[in-house]
Amino acid sequence: MKIGEKVQWNELLTGGVIEDPGNSIDYKTGSWRIERPIWNKEACINCMFCWVYCPDSSIKVDKDGNMAGINYDFCKGCGICVKECPKPGALAMVLEADIEKKGMDVVFKETFGGK
Amino acid sequence: MGKKVALDGNAAAAHAIRQINPDVIAAFPITPSTQIPMTVSSFIADGLMDTELVTVESEHSAMSACVGAAAAGGRVMTATAAQGLALMWEILYIASSMRLPMVTVIAARALNAPLNIHGDHSDVMGARDAGWIQLFCEDAQEVYDSIIQAIKISENKDVLTPVMVVMDGFNTTHSVEVWEMEEDERVKEFIGEYEPKYPLLDVSRKITYGAWAPPSEYFEHKVNQLTGIIRARPVVKKVGEEFGKVFGRSYDCFELYKLDDAEYAIVMMGSAAGTAKDVVDVLREDGVKAGLLKIRMFRPFPAEEIKEALGNVKVVATLDRVIPAGAYGSPLFNEVRSALYDAPKRPMVIDYIYGLGGRDIQPKHFKEVYENLQRIAKTGKIEKMLDFINIRGKWGK
Amino acid sequence: MAFLNDLAKRGERFAPGHRLCPGCGQSIIVRALLNITDYEIVIANATGCLEVCSGLFPYTSWCVPWIHSAFENAASTIAGAEAMYRVWKRKGRTDKDIKFVALASDGGTYDIGLQALSGAMERWHDFLYLCIDNQAYENTGVQRSSASPFGANTTTTPVGKVKRGKEQRRKDIMSIVEGHHIPYAAQASLHNWRDLMNKIKRALDTKGPTYINVLQPCCTGWGFPPDMTVEVARIAVETCAWPIYEVVDGKVKINYKPKKKLPVEEWFKMQRRFAHMLKPENKDLLGRAQELVDEHWEWLLKREAAGL
Repeated sequence: MKIGEKVQWNELLTGGVIEDPGNSIDYKTGSWRIERPIWNKEACINCMFCWVYCPDSSIKVDKDGNMAGINYDFCKGCGICVKECPKPGALAMVLEADIEKKGMDVVFKETFGGK
Repeated sequence: MGKKVALDGNAAAAHAIRQINPDVIAAFPITPSTQIPMTVSSFIADGLMDTELVTVESEHSAMSACVGAAAAGGRVMTATAAQGLALMWEILYIASSMRLPMVTVIAARALNAPLNIHGDHSDVMGARDAGWIQLFCEDAQEVYDSIIQAIKISENKDVLTPVMVVMDGFNTTHSVEVWEMEEDERVKEFIGEYEPKYPLLDVSRKITYGAWAPPSEYFEHKVNQLTGIIRARPVVKKVGEEFGKVFGRSYDCFELYKLDDAEYAIVMMGSAAGTAKDVVDVLREDGVKAGLLKIRMFRPFPAEEIKEALGNVKVVATLDRVIPAGAYGSPLFNEVRSALYDAPKRPMVIDYIYGLGGRDIQPKHFKEVYENLQRIAKTGKIEKMLDFINIRGKWGK
Repeated sequence: MAFLNDLAKRGERFAPGHRLCPGCGQSIIVRALLNITDYEIVIANATGCLEVCSGLFPYTSWCVPWIHSAFENAASTIAGAEAMYRVWKRKGRTDKDIKFVALASDGGTYDIGLQALSGAMERWHDFLYLCIDNQAYENTGVQRSSASPFGANTTTTPVGKVKRGKEQRRKDIMSIVEGHHIPYAAQASLHNWRDLMNKIKRALDTKGPTYINVLQPCCTGWGFPPDMTVEVARIAVETCAWPIYEVVDGKVKINYKPKKKLPVEEWFKMQRRFAHMLKPENKDLLGRAQELVDEHWEWLLKREAAGL
């Protein structure tokens, strides 16, 4: 199915259906973010509360069903994962502007301490 | 071979539906169409058909369930009238915009207020721009034949557009007439199998229906939808011819009655056309060159063909069975007059409204119309662009 | 915890890239629905926030067959699809076990869609009606609905110089649904994912019409920070403003009883829509709101105790 501004009226599918399930993954909502959650793997207990509560399916999952990071392509920075995380020091919200200014490493250290 | 039966228009519709045996019917009773779902229910109760009948709680839900069922993937039908069609109005657009084939039988009836359960075209004309193909029928035979054809038209892969088959409330729905019912098997063979294009129930495909379209998208969708109903024009003709080959009764988008050399013509739709034909016959005996154009397919409007058919007529009267409050002309008048604007001889056209809420139109009324047309042809003057047939009191100055 | 890890492994059927507000809980509920079951699901979605944000041409977030028709007809649309499924089954066109779900918010359920819902339940279609209840017409800009609680400040019950928010109590949709004697009805909250998922699973496994009413705190409409969605739902349940319970065979089962029932004020404090209720001059409103919560909660307790 063709997509985008150049699609002519006669190139649409009959009845205006969409036959590419889940193609909204081509629309990145990460740019909406002002703050971002950052993840400290060392502290994480893989309870997956962040996963179950994430409104934007932005918690990455490894083959064992454990937490594997955050998908910033879609994360809108709502902060629910951080709020609902039961383990202190596993997830935290930081300002996008701070990351831009200081770099991720510095912000990470400032937030979680250590490495 | 078919057999002659003496049954009314609603029974004709019910038998056509029985023979089609659609997958799903969702319907809500409303006079004068009630006998259709009632009779169909009795056919189902007796095991003569195995349609899933969804006995919804309103016409809005009837059309909504039809949309759900058609999108799910299968043959879908319903029947309604008047307020019921008005209540469906929102979803009519959705059915046609999603390009879902289905057939709705309409027992055309007046709209409230005041309450009136009798025939006119107010309900159907309210839905004339809803994207549905509209086929008007004159009698029970046409109802039966058109419903069968409508399935084939609607499901045609170039069309994929819902169809309304319209008969006049009471005049046709409740009039017992003799008509020919074909054999079940031959009807089944004629309509064939239906293969839905994007069935929701094919879960391997995971189709999304009805996403919303912002200003950057909507316009293209509406133009795209138009292609189905426009392509219906030749398909209605073709299916009508095929039907004729198989069953001996051919159909076109309209019927020309003694129009070849006619100087005065009436254009109309529905059951009263039968009376008009009788009047034409009488006038012809008196040497008056009267003719009739009975439109069967109002949507899509066959403008080119009508221009051709009426091009040599001197004066035309359109007879509408609806009162389009505040409009310059009635629907048929506007369409016909617009079609004739480019005709080389451009006949004069006048607008009549008749039959509202079941009001009779009799041979003498048609005679008066033809007399008026002759007068206009003679004097070249139109006294009234619009007049009402058979009302008490005088309209206009 | 292994339960969630197992679920997480299986992949999603609701894609990101949808346009719901940051912190909106609607997708949390949708993900619970699609993640807890392996059934093939066909969805009819009423017009509303979820629908406009998840199916915005040319994009769809749905990885299941999905149809949106109009605002008030999710129940009748899914009824038609389910009827067609019975035909497909009978004719052997599918061997799949497909479940049918209507999704709507409170506007499409309590109000404009109530008739279609009632009809579809009475006709005993085999479907789950999942109401995502955010207690107002959020999609059109936070107008009151019959699900809005007493006192709520909405854009059609604004607090002004003489008016003090919504003057009527919430409609008890569960009792209306219950009146259809359907085999399973439940109220749930998105904060309690285990309870919510259990209810969804049970509803999908139940033959006939089922209904689940899920509280969906709307950060935009209710006025709280987006990270508080789950917490606002939690406190709704802790104050008994939103009891979570089931009605099976006409009998109430309360699924969670707070150890110490918090005053409803605690829930109000979190939300801008109730800010006026906390002012000293509106003490009477707060009192009335508490009465309404208590009355409903005690009625549920009594029913449960009596086995009704």
